[in-house]
Amino acid sequence: MSTAAVSAGQEPQRAAHRSKGIGLVVICTLLGAAGQILIKLGANTLVHPTPWSTFLAFFTNPLLIAGYCLYALMTVLFIFALKDGELSVLYPVISLSYVWVAGLSVWFFHDTLNWLKLLGIVTIVTGVAVLGKDSPK
Amino acid sequence: MKTPVESMLLVLAGSFLGSIGAGFLKAGAGKLHGGLRYLFLNWKLALGVAFFVGSSVPYVLGIKKGQLSVLYPLVSLSYIWALVWARIFFKEKFTRNKVAGLCLILLGILFVGLGNR
Repeated sequence: MSTAAVSAGQEPQRAAHRSKGIGLVVICTLLGAAGQILIKLGANTLVHPTPWSTFLAFFTNPLLIAGYCLYALMTVLFIFALKDGELSVLYPVISLSYVWVAGLSVWFFHDTLNWLKLLGIVTIVTGVAVLGKDSPK
Repeated sequence: MKTPVESMLLVLAGSFLGSIGAGFLKAGAGKLHGGLRYLFLNWKLALGVAFFVGSSVPYVLGIKKGQLSVLYPLVSLSYIWALVWARIFFKEKFTRNKVAGLCLILLGILFVGLGNR
């Protein structure tokens, strides 16, 4: 990916690109989270899985296939978003997926949330945001 | 339902393999020029994808048992492996933000683990 030098005159255009990129990444996180739920649903249907039978299930289990298709779609969209935006801005947005997955897990699988788990997720999201600050522009 | 330690280890193994895949993708992507045709001839990219697929096997085995709200956040450990690979193979420097982010992610994983009950 080529990174052209950006002059001050391009600032408004950059801001518009940025919000477009952020919107796209939010969509990515939602797709990714939906994918995770499908993958978990698929994993739950596996009976006495071995590594090999799990590998084969990627090609035969509709839920796993659907989950990983969403994941692939998310990856493609993310690459498009990266063309428009700075990684340092987009990275923290990506970690939103941890929040969606936690919420959806409670809804679909009756996971139990507690303060420690929530604190952990918030800490991870913060960590990814801080880490992303130093990503290439 | 408490999440078994075995499930956590499988997910962590998946995140480790996945980060190796990301490293190969990065190495392969750096040499990308000459169009789509070469995308499929690039062995580093192919290896990257293979590692990604390979990493999904322990991941799926891992999330079968236990709570996704505990297991999914563990994937964030792959950020830490990625930083290590970036340091070793791509000579990217550890900055203050990277170290701070790394510590926060580890702390977050610890909290999620402690919240597993």
